[in-house]
Amino acid sequence: MKVAFTTSGNTLDALMDPRFARAAGYIIYDTVTDTFEAVDNQKAFNAAHGAGIQATEAIMRQGANCVVTGHCGPKAFRALSAAGIHIYQTQAQTVAEALEAYRAGALPTLKSADVDGHWS
Amino acid sequence: MIISVASGKGGTGKTTVSVNLARIIGRGVQLLDCDVEEPNAHLFLRGRETGCDIVTIPVPEVDESLCDACGECGRFCRYHAIVSFGSTPLVFPELCHGCGGCMLVCPRKAIRETGQRIGVVETREADGISLIQGKLDIGVPMAPPLIRGVKARLDKKRTAILDAPPGTSCPVIATVRGSDFVVLVTEPTPFGLHDLRLAVDMIRELSIPFGVVVNRMGVGDDRVHRFCREKDIPLLLELSDDRRIAEAYSRGELVVDALPEYTSNFATLLLNIREYSGAREK
Repeated sequence: MKVAFTTSGNTLDALMDPRFARAAGYIIYDTVTDTFEAVDNQKAFNAAHGAGIQATEAIMRQGANCVVTGHCGPKAFRALSAAGIHIYQTQAQTVAEALEAYRAGALPTLKSADVDGHWS
Repeated sequence: MIISVASGKGGTGKTTVSVNLARIIGRGVQLLDCDVEEPNAHLFLRGRETGCDIVTIPVPEVDESLCDACGECGRFCRYHAIVSFGSTPLVFPELCHGCGGCMLVCPRKAIRETGQRIGVVETREADGISLIQGKLDIGVPMAPPLIRGVKARLDKKRTAILDAPPGTSCPVIATVRGSDFVVLVTEPTPFGLHDLRLAVDMIRELSIPFGVVVNRMGVGDDRVHRFCREKDIPLLLELSDDRRIAEAYSRGELVVDALPEYTSNFATLLLNIREYSGAREK
């Protein structure tokens, strides 16, 4: 299982970014091999419109099966749902904390967009 | 002849110049309000509405029974308005620029176009001036297709004045492209100069003859004038910073009607436009 965490850093100590589509980047964590890699999200971050769609494409290319983030806008939600990527919500401060909560099965699933587009 | 009235900076007096120029040219002239996000020429030329047409852009509709989720459409669309995640594509009409490319690249002919409303074009007759005005629907992010809808109603046999939106981005380019002459309206302030430079660069890129109107003479400094002199840009008209002009504007009156002493200024502007557009043609 590959899990995408929204963050501006490239280590597990990095702070979580509460935004999905306009996060600076992602840490894609492979729960089978316990390895991870950092992925840049500059293209979607700078997009005038449709960041959620491009962000979904970016994490899909990395083979992510689910995403752990703070919030998710309407286009991102439609795109992630169509791609079959589950969305888990967290308020964790760091990627490591979010990963721990994910592993413990403590994270709620997001069933619809919880913010408007361009919310932050 | 097609004359566009543009500016870098907003609020410099594009509409003031456009409506008064239209009045000076008189009967038979067309005034196209291409500032479709905030059209305001009708506040000065009220007249009688003669028509209202809905403008649509083509957006894709996918026939799920034909689609095999190959993803070609999504790879083609640079605006991510249609995207396939290994499934029947998702369409985001608000991102679609209506190019029709997805339909052409679809190997299974599973995509057809359907019209999505983006706004209306209203036409009015006001004392011999034909006003053609675009109104973008609330929430629609793309002005250029509606601006093209406004310009499609232009009668090339008659003189047309195009009141452009402010700035130097796509809606402005959609407006001024194809014009015979561009009037750039600015004010003699650092902001006016900064945005005038951008506008000049844009018009030079489009290779259209242009000149400058300096509005609110008396405020600011002389840097706009120095810039025009250095760059060899013709100064078409100077309008003074006259409170009575602002008062007439606030009442929805034309300057040349409320303050007839300004009639000669706008007549001179028209002569200058004719001279400088002709000079470049030779």
